[in-house]
Amino acid sequence: MPSKVMSAEDVIGRIEDGMTVGIGGWGSRRKPMALVRAMLRSDLKDLTIVSYAGPDVGLLLQSGQATKVVYAFATLDSIPLEPLFSRARQEATASFREWDEGMFQTGLRAAAQRLPFLPVRAGLGSAVLENDPTIRTVTSPYDDRQELVAVPALELDVALVHMNRADQFGNAQYLGPDPYFDDLFCMAATEAYVSTEQVIDTAGLTVDAALQTLLLNRTMVAGVVEAPNGAHFTACTPTYERDEKFQKAYATAAKSPEDWAAFRERFLSGSEQDYQDAVLAFGQETS
Amino acid sequence: MSDTSRAEYCAIAIADCFADDGEIMGSPMGLLPSLGARLAKLTSNPLLMITDGEARILQGAPPLGVTEDVVEGWMPFRLVLESVVTYGKRHVMMGATQIDREGNQNISAIGDWAQPKRQLLGVRGAPGNTVNNKTSYWVPKHSARVFVEHVDIVSGVGKTRAEAAGPAATRFHDVRRVVSDLGVFDFEGPGHTMRFVSVHPGVSVEDVQAASSFAIALPDGEVPTTREPSPGELMLIREMLDPRSLRDREVPPAGASA
Repeated sequence: MPSKVMSAEDVIGRIEDGMTVGIGGWGSRRKPMALVRAMLRSDLKDLTIVSYAGPDVGLLLQSGQATKVVYAFATLDSIPLEPLFSRARQEATASFREWDEGMFQTGLRAAAQRLPFLPVRAGLGSAVLENDPTIRTVTSPYDDRQELVAVPALELDVALVHMNRADQFGNAQYLGPDPYFDDLFCMAATEAYVSTEQVIDTAGLTVDAALQTLLLNRTMVAGVVEAPNGAHFTACTPTYERDEKFQKAYATAAKSPEDWAAFRERFLSGSEQDYQDAVLAFGQETS
Repeated sequence: MSDTSRAEYCAIAIADCFADDGEIMGSPMGLLPSLGARLAKLTSNPLLMITDGEARILQGAPPLGVTEDVVEGWMPFRLVLESVVTYGKRHVMMGATQIDREGNQNISAIGDWAQPKRQLLGVRGAPGNTVNNKTSYWVPKHSARVFVEHVDIVSGVGKTRAEAAGPAATRFHDVRRVVSDLGVFDFEGPGHTMRFVSVHPGVSVEDVQAASSFAIALPDGEVPTTREPSPGELMLIREMLDPRSLRDREVPPAGASA
């Protein structure tokens, strides 16, 4: 079987301007940040980002590369609000679709199942339907005749997710407590790319972990990127927890243009290796 | 005179929200709701199911800030959304940046949605929660900026708007209570509007009205006072669930300046 291992830059090369990109994880948890940082280094533009949003979305809004965002919330978890996202909303620098969390999952599932929509109750009576007038309702064809929300499929051109371990063929596993929605993101996409802490031999995946941790199989995955510490500064339990000190520095810097420029210069102006080196130095300074 | 603090009255008022729920999942969002739900699990409703806030269902009711306990099940976000909210065996207590007379709640943003003055969390799961399972709200600081005539962005749906959306929205709609630092309220006023259930000791009906942007309906007869905790409840709150008095940071003791 051919290997699907590639570089982060290879993945970015598969993404085109104007595409819809789904990003896995949840808030500030197991985000494919190394791939997001590779996007920040690229000339990609006019992207629609679909995400249970955290710093992934904040950074792509700040860079101006995300011009549309579909989300249900944006948070850093231990810090309730995502500051770069909040600024983009308040200055209306992009366009947004805000859905209920369950609607969002249903939209991914509809796309994963290649359906145009799926019915849900969530959203009825709320401002979601007013603020996203593209959403329509559907009437049950059965005797109850109930009117439900017809959640449109969240079809993705590309999905980016981060897993604890993978093999070279695209089989990938999470070792933390929650799979989030990463399999749905992959199945909702034309092509899905997995960054991972470690590429290991296939037989190793189940040596010390339960079968059920194998969330992604190779039919769902187009490429695998080995990216140690690649979810930093978000959590990648149990490999590492969220880097709270670094996240606080990020959130603090995001409050002013001057501080942000300094933060970006220090951490986001070079390669992924430069980033990891700067993070290491930051950790030593603050320990 | 009772030495029960305002935060402790809030905790027992919250616990009472979960008392009659039976064997369902309690989803308290935030500190006082977590304290109240855990108190209910140790007193009025031992069948209540709670999680560590992430993917583990805990058999016991550990102190605030502690998530280690016997794990009795798995509850990742995907199951919360597709197998608990929609299944209906859940009582969520959410916060509310704004709540209005008709029980609509806002956690999304302040101002116009297209370009808000202040972005908040987004609607999160509030639209789905309110049309699928029991929902209550917790407001740590009752004020006219929170208790508003109309919320800016309807995240959680009140009964009247649910009725306008049709039978699918009302079938499982069950917005129960609002607990604030001043009192307890339901939506049994005229036309499903907010009504007094009780005021906490030391608070008058007039105090509450002065801190609200709309008139809250009165029940027949006097507005009751929130009940006193039992000695056992106070012991559980003070010595077991919240020995570090985190509750006083969310609701400062009366007389303490903010």
